Amino acid sequence: MIPLTWYLILSGILFSIGAVGVLIKRNAIVIFMCIELMLNAVNLAFITFSRQLNSMDGQIFVFFIMTVAAAEAAVGLAIIIAIYRNKATVNVDDINLMKW
Amino acid sequence: MLESLLFLIMGSITVVCALCVVFQKNPIYSAIFLIQTMVSLAVLYVLLHAQFIAAIQVMIYAGAIMVLFIFVIMLLNLSKADEEGERDNLFFQKPSAIILGFILVVMIGAVTLKTVSQGVKGEYTPETISQIGNTQLVGKMLFTKYVFPFEIASILLFAAIIGAIILAKKRIIED
Repeated sequence: MIPLTWYLILSGILFSIGAVGVLIKRNAIVIFMCIELMLNAVNLAFITFSRQLNSMDGQIFVFFIMTVAAAEAAVGLAIIIAIYRNKATVNVDDINLMKW
Repeated sequence: MLESLLFLIMGSITVVCALCVVFQKNPIYSAIFLIQTMVSLAVLYVLLHAQFIAAIQVMIYAGAIMVLFIFVIMLLNLSKADEEGERDNLFFQKPSAIILGFILVVMIGAVTLKTVSQGVKGEYTPETISQIGNTQLVGKMLFTKYVFPFEIASILLFAAIIGAIILAKKRIIED
């Protein structure tokens, strides 16, 4: 059997790639996709721990994370559409109305 | 042996596709690489004996959520000025972000390798799971131990549907 540490390290790498993506991208939709990538990394860690501890609870948590991710994607993309309709851009540098 | 080979292949595909998501210029390519990342993660879930989660990963993430993303990317029809690259308002942003990402990887790796994981082992070994069936176990837990969060999730999805419609609809009456 593969050591489960490998899965955890893979999950860490994916999470870091997602975090770097959030930091360097300007397109709001791509930033959103990087957030989905981070959610997926967390899901992988949950499943790994569920396998390691011989428990089903981790898989149930992944189920709920997927629910929240679907809700978040729907609302977030609606917000992006509304912003695009108002400002004709999705570049996060131009969306600075609430910046002090 | 075959299992570790499969893990290495799928793990490297996952990491390469995740890097492509971040470093592609065109958002539609990013979305397609993200779909590939999710499908290869589903293979890893099968390796971890979570078949039901692997199936809904393909159906919900790679199917539903990513189709929503691609719809929005195509609806918005982003102009050339919105593409990445030509503007870099923050000084030294990309290199410092990549350095911080490396530090994050090293920290997570160190914590993972140093930590001795100990916990109370549950009763669901891979043998019992394959005897009863993964889907049946997940369904049983959803409707017994986790029935309250399950109902909350349905309310959350309902609120998200209404919120998305209200946010994205066109204002007809101006006031």
